Amino acid sequence: MKKLSLISLFVLVMRRDLVLAMRRRADVLTTLIFFVMVVSLFPLGVGPEMDMLRKMAPGVLWVAALLSSMLSLGRLFSADYLDGTLEQMLLAPQSLSVLVLGKMVSHWMVSGLPLVLLTPVLGLQFDMSAPAIGVLMLGLLLGTPILSMVGAIGAALTLGLRGGGVLLSLLVLPLCIPVLIFGTGAVQAVSSGLNVSAHLSLMGALLVLALAFTPWVTAQALRISME
Amino acid sequence: MAINWFKYSAPTTFYPLAGKLIPWFAISSLILFAVGLYIGFVVAPADAQQGEFYRIIFIHVPSSIISMFLYLIMAAYAALGLIFNTRLSSMMASAIAPTGALFAFISLWTGALWGKPMWGAWWVWDARLTSELILLFLYLGFIALHASIDDPRRADRAAALLAIVGSVNVPIIYFSVKWWNTLHQGSTIKYSGTSMHIAMQQAMFTMLAACWLYAIAIALTRVRSIILERERNSKWITELAEVKS
Amino acid sequence: MARNGQMLSYIILRCSISGLYFMLEVSNLACSRGDHRLFSGLSFALYPGQIMQIQGANGSGKTSLLRTLCGFIMPDEGKISWDGTDVKDLDEDYFAQMIYLGHLNAIKDELSALENLRISAGLSGVELNEKDAISALRRMGLKGRERLPTKVLSQGQRRRVALARLLVNDAALWVLDEPLAALDVGAVALIGELIAEHLAGQGMVIFTTHQPLIVAGMEMRSLSLS
Repeated sequence: MKKLSLISLFVLVMRRDLVLAMRRRADVLTTLIFFVMVVSLFPLGVGPEMDMLRKMAPGVLWVAALLSSMLSLGRLFSADYLDGTLEQMLLAPQSLSVLVLGKMVSHWMVSGLPLVLLTPVLGLQFDMSAPAIGVLMLGLLLGTPILSMVGAIGAALTLGLRGGGVLLSLLVLPLCIPVLIFGTGAVQAVSSGLNVSAHLSLMGALLVLALAFTPWVTAQALRISME
Repeated sequence: MAINWFKYSAPTTFYPLAGKLIPWFAISSLILFAVGLYIGFVVAPADAQQGEFYRIIFIHVPSSIISMFLYLIMAAYAALGLIFNTRLSSMMASAIAPTGALFAFISLWTGALWGKPMWGAWWVWDARLTSELILLFLYLGFIALHASIDDPRRADRAAALLAIVGSVNVPIIYFSVKWWNTLHQGSTIKYSGTSMHIAMQQAMFTMLAACWLYAIAIALTRVRSIILERERNSKWITELAEVKS
Repeated sequence: MARNGQMLSYIILRCSISGLYFMLEVSNLACSRGDHRLFSGLSFALYPGQIMQIQGANGSGKTSLLRTLCGFIMPDEGKISWDGTDVKDLDEDYFAQMIYLGHLNAIKDELSALENLRISAGLSGVELNEKDAISALRRMGLKGRERLPTKVLSQGQRRRVALARLLVNDAALWVLDEPLAALDVGAVALIGELIAEHLAGQGMVIFTTHQPLIVAGMEMRSLSLS
C-alpha cells in the first residue's frame, strides 16, 4: 500500500477541515458576524466623535479579532473529539504535530483570514486612513495565525471540560497580549508618521516562534487530554 | 554521608518531614515580619520626596518579587512532574499556585494604595503593574484549569504544560508591555533607588526574607493537605495518628 | 483477577519464518481510573495468527485495557512491548503496525462514506485511491451509498463505513472495541470472515464483544477481567 508523505498528510488534514467548514458554513459565518457586531458596538458605546474613533480603531479591531478567534477555537478539536476522529489522529503513524499544524492552518484560513479581509470595510467605519488600514491588515495577517496557533494549545488543554469555552479564553488571552501590543502599536506608529518595521518584524518573529513550537506543544496537550 | 534525596520525593516520607519543618518556617517568618515591620515603620526615616507613603514598598516590593519567582518555581515543579512523572512535584506546583496568586494580588493592591497619594490615581498603566496584572491572570488560568479537570493526573499534566508555556511567554509579555509603556510615555514607578537609607534596605530585606519563609510554610502546609486528599485510600494515610483520631 | 502470567513461561516461539512477524507482549500491566484500580498484574502475549477476546462485565476495564494498548492511557505499572521493544520507545512506528476501532465511529456526518474512508486511511498513513476505497465499501455492503453523506445512513451502515478501514490497511494488529455493535446478522458474519482472513495472513486481533462472534477455523483465546 502506498504510504502517505508528511506533506500529503498536512494537505489532507487541511483540506478535510476546509471542506467540513464549507459544509457547516453557519458556524464560520456566525463568528464573522460576531466580529463585525462587536466592532460596530464601540461607536455606539463611546460616541461618534471621529477623532476618538480613529484613535481607538486598531485596538477595537484587534480586541474583536481576539474575542472572535476565541469563539471559533472551541470547535477546533471538540467535534473530532466527540466523534472519535481525534483518537484516530493520535494514532497517526506519521506526525501528530504536522497533523495539528494542518488543523491550525485551516482554522486560520476560515476564522483569521476573513477578518483580515473584512478590516478595510470596518476601518472605513472608523475613518482610518489608507496607510493605517494597510498596516492594520498586515499586522492582522501576521498576528491572527499566532492566535490560531497559541489558541490551539488552550483548545487542546480544555478538551471535553465543562465550561471549556470560557476557560479557553481565560488561558489563552493573557498569552496573546504581545500580539495585541505589536499589532496596535504598528498602526499607531504609522498614524504618527513613524517607521512600522520594528513592530511588524517583532510580530513576524513571534509568528516564527509560534510555528516552531505550538504544533508540538498542542500535540502533547492532546495526548494529555485524551488519556 | 550521602543523603538519599529521592527518599524525600515520595509523599510517604515527605508528609512527616514537611510537618516537622512547617513550625520552623512559620515561627521564623513571624519573627522576621515583626522585625521588618518595626524597622520599616519605626526606625527607617521618612523619605525626602514621598514622606510616609513610601513605606508601603516594604510590602509591595517583596510581594512583587516573590510572585514572579513563585511562578517560575511553580513551572519548574510542574515540568518535573510532567517529565519524570513524580507525583510530589505536581502536588508542589498546585500548592504554590494560590500563594503566588495571593502575592501578585497583594502587589497590585499595595501598588494601587501607593499610586493614589503619589499620582492621584488608584491605577496607572505602568509597565510593572501591568505585567503583574498579567501574571495574576496566568496564575488564575493555572488554578482554573487545574480545578476544572476531575482526574488529578490529567489536571497535573495539563496545568503543567500551561505553566511551561506561560513561563516561556512571561519574558515576551514583559518585554512587550515595557515597549508598549515607553511608546505611550506612561508614568513609571520609581522608588528612591540608589540613595536608599540603610534602615530602608534592612527593612526591605527582612520583609523579603519573611515573605519567603511565609510562602514556604504555607506551600508546605497546603501540599500536606493535597497529599492527604490524593492518597486518602492508601494504607499509610489511614494509619496516621491525626487521621485515626 | 486474571493472571495469565503462565503464558509468558511458554517457550516463546516467534514465528520468524521470514523475520517479518511481530508480536505483542504485555507484562504485569496495571491500570486505574481515578482512585479505582481496574486491573493489575495482567500479563499475556499475542502471536501472529492469534485472536484474543477480552471478557468482563461492564466497567471491568475492557475499554481501558484496549486504550492502554493503543497508548492513550499510560499504565500505572508494567509494560507493553511490540516485537521485543517497549511501545513507549517505538511510538509512531508502533502506530503504523496497529489499527484501533473504538466505540465511536470516527466518521463525519457531513462527508460521504467515500470521503470518510479515504481520509481515515490517510490519517493512518495510507494513501487510498478512489477505486480501492469504493471496492472496500462495496465489500462492506454499502454499494450505491458510497457518495451519500453519512448522516443519511443508519447506525449499522455507519459502523460498516468505520469497519471498512480494516480492509484498506495492512496493520498487523487489530484492536477492536465492540466491533459488532449496531451490526445485523449479515454484517457480523462478514466481520467474522474478515478476521479469519486477517489471521490467516499472520495478523493478530484483540477485541471485546457482547455478541457471539464466530471465526471459522480459529481457536479463540480469551482473557477475562473481573
